[in-house]
Amino acid sequence: MGQYNMGYHIKEGFHSIFTHGLMSFAAVCMIVACLIIMGSFSLVAINLDNTLGDLEAENEFTAYVDESLTEEQARALQTKLEAVANVDSATFVTAAQALENYKQRYVDSEYEELFDLPAEVLRHRYQIHVVDIEDLAETVAAVEGVSGIDGTQAALDIAQGFVTVRNVAGAVAWILILMLLVISLFIIANTIKLATFHRREEIAIMKMCGATNWFVRWPFIFEGMILGFIGALLAFLIQWGIYSIIVAAIAEYGGLQLIAIVPFKTLALRVLGAFAAAGLAIGAGGSFLAIRKFLQV
Amino acid sequence: MIRLIDVQKTYDNGTRALKGVSMKIEDGEFVFLVGPSGSGKSTILKLITGEVTCSGGRLMVNGYNLNNIRPRQIPYMRRTLGVIFQDFRLIEKKTVEENLTFVMRVVGASPREIRKRVPYVLQLVGLDHKGDRLPTELSGGEQQRVAIARALVNNPQVIVADEPTGNLDPQRSLEIMMLLEKINELGTTVMVVTHEKELVNRFSKRVVAIESGRIISDGMGGYYNNGSV
Repeated sequence: MGQYNMGYHIKEGFHSIFTHGLMSFAAVCMIVACLIIMGSFSLVAINLDNTLGDLEAENEFTAYVDESLTEEQARALQTKLEAVANVDSATFVTAAQALENYKQRYVDSEYEELFDLPAEVLRHRYQIHVVDIEDLAETVAAVEGVSGIDGTQAALDIAQGFVTVRNVAGAVAWILILMLLVISLFIIANTIKLATFHRREEIAIMKMCGATNWFVRWPFIFEGMILGFIGALLAFLIQWGIYSIIVAAIAEYGGLQLIAIVPFKTLALRVLGAFAAAGLAIGAGGSFLAIRKFLQV
Repeated sequence: MIRLIDVQKTYDNGTRALKGVSMKIEDGEFVFLVGPSGSGKSTILKLITGEVTCSGGRLMVNGYNLNNIRPRQIPYMRRTLGVIFQDFRLIEKKTVEENLTFVMRVVGASPREIRKRVPYVLQLVGLDHKGDRLPTELSGGEQQRVAIARALVNNPQVIVADEPTGNLDPQRSLEIMMLLEKINELGTTVMVVTHEKELVNRFSKRVVAIESGRIISDGMGGYYNNGSV
């Protein structure tokens, strides 16, 4: 790009937006629509991931202490257990506490008749939280190997289910986001191509006067980037509004308490950055693709 | 300088537009290229401007060998030419001055050079008081003058005009032709493609006549002088 041309290209890009107002408006609307579809899907994916993460965090397993150990000896195992890889925390539960928990859990149930049993029928135990649920099986095996631990109870199937759901959801989210990005690019390219079509004569004149392809391209690319950025800002504000409405609706509906909603404020910068980057890329890429055909003069 | 040696052109649909054309246009010459519709005049022009490539023969334009020119070099070759079209091809949304300015931008001229050159060229074509007008606010003759100014603004070696008077009345046509003659006198090579016999005959210039893709006459002093067209 020549030393005098950068300012000229930017000025031309801005100028063109206003001289072809209707097509600019159409392009911005398309960018807004594409970004909101992509954004909404991404936010759903983020919240799904967050909810699964919360459910994972609640996942734990029980490690039973050998009956021959005294309470003091049983408590001493905590350090060893917490030293096991992937163990986040190990909480000691005495046999008496375990019975109390049992009573609270099964009050008013058919198991109530067992409440009179002495605490000694139960064993001391540890409730163990893991860092990564994906390695639960290995962690359980390692804990069972700790001297003084006599058996474990872990919901390995459920843990594996979470991992599978999370991996599948992540993969599907990425594939859909990429597909939407490509579709958006082509929609924008076609919109800009439509806008460029009645300027093909102008391009032909420029080429005949000795303009290089890049000299012709730059104003269109700047125009696309400006439109993309405006579209991104509008999409961000609309997305914010939609998200807030949905969050309010979920908060009102008690049945959806399981869903852990990420507050928009914590996502705002990321969303704005992603929208701006996508808007600029879609605008520039769309312009680049759109004018290719018209440069063959 | 433009040189064609046994140039042939066959289009993809099989049409043989040129069947071995040879001619040489020296620097500073004024040449009329005449012939009926479909004779191959426009094809010669398109070959010279690099819009199409020749199927055979050799073609040199201002030091560029168009037989093996790289696509990247074509814009630079075109900068040595000033092209004028029958339908003016001005950018309607730009003022007269902007139509000239952007052509200078294309070659990377500085704002200072542009400020100096554009008024000079507008004065040369007699439009120095209409720089802020849009092309649609001008008459056909004035629009063609703007097109000539645009072709001239980058100081090309050769001006190539494709039927420049085709959309004008006889008086405006004569004025345009006289303007091109004046530009030629200032040192620029001028090549005018036309089929307006009366206009050509009013100027005592070199006339190259082409018919069915072949040159049938090449001489000084008018369209009908050799009686072949």
